Amino acid sequence: MTTITMSTGESLIFFGLIAAVTMFTRFLPFLLFPENKKTPKYVEYLGLVLPYAIIGMLVVYCLKNATPLAYPFALPELISVVSIGLLQKWRNNMLLSIGGGTLLYMVLVQAVFV
Amino acid sequence: MAVSPGNIRKKALKAAFPYTIPVLTGFFVLGLAFGILISSKGYGFFWPTLVSIVVYAGSMQFVAVGMMAGGLEPLSIILMTLMVNARHLFYGLSMLEKYRGTGWMKPYLIFGLCDETYSILCTTEPAEGVDKNWFRFFVTLLNQIYWVVGSTVGGFIGMVIPFNTTGIDFALTALFIVIFLTQWQNVKGRPSALIGIFCAFLCRLIFGPDGFLIPAMLCILLTMTVLRQPLEKRYNRP
Repeated sequence: MTTITMSTGESLIFFGLIAAVTMFTRFLPFLLFPENKKTPKYVEYLGLVLPYAIIGMLVVYCLKNATPLAYPFALPELISVVSIGLLQKWRNNMLLSIGGGTLLYMVLVQAVFV
Repeated sequence: MAVSPGNIRKKALKAAFPYTIPVLTGFFVLGLAFGILISSKGYGFFWPTLVSIVVYAGSMQFVAVGMMAGGLEPLSIILMTLMVNARHLFYGLSMLEKYRGTGWMKPYLIFGLCDETYSILCTTEPAEGVDKNWFRFFVTLLNQIYWVVGSTVGGFIGMVIPFNTTGIDFALTALFIVIFLTQWQNVKGRPSALIGIFCAFLCRLIFGPDGFLIPAMLCILLTMTVLRQPLEKRYNRP
């Protein structure tokens, strides 16, 4: 069990910093390109194509700690990802896909590939 | 015929709710996972609720729980948040036009622009006769409510039932995979999606698991800039 290493005050600063930087990333584009200015064409293009690329990047980011060359050879991740794909194709129900995939992964890392 | 402001709001709420149903289920499970996880680190009671209200960035909240063991290290916290949340810059860029003239709602619309709210609002226009601004406001608000309620409930479950939480953060991976598969159905976006995966994978191999997000984003930006002409043509095709 992990124990708390921060005081309540430190924890508040910890999450306060995260909240402030998160807001910064969300507000910056609107501050850089205010309503009375025309958005550059290049920026409009980026707004169009980037969302797809970023989700692809996030999938890789989430799987960054998988170890395909050492035990358990990324098998928990692989099995769960394929199952999510199949569940999604079968029912197209987010709850089922996310809940089912997560439970499967938890069972795999806690009980199967120990 | 005069339409009362109350009616406009009610109509917009009714129009917004169905679009948020997939997020309702996804966020509830994910919020639950976050609440259980953070309370397993000794942060029960008000913590999950507070963090989900003021931070409201799912992936970063999970990352934050992992970083708590390292204590208060301001610089690494700021850099990590910037890296994990830099994608918001791109969301903002593509919502500049839609959020024009939204008045007092604008700060909240921007504050609440998470992955899921973005994925609804960037593709959806409300039906004729529904106030667009109120529609966007309710989609944003409902999604945050689901997230906060899920986190709160998860926090209490985590305090009452001791839980082996190993692997529960996979809920986030699952969410992104589902969003990815949903986006994949739009043929126009496939090259961009592949560019994102390829750049991230390449940078993960080169830079290792802990420092590859910024290089990956630069690599994506560069590739998009080089391939602007063919990609733009593809998007503008009817």
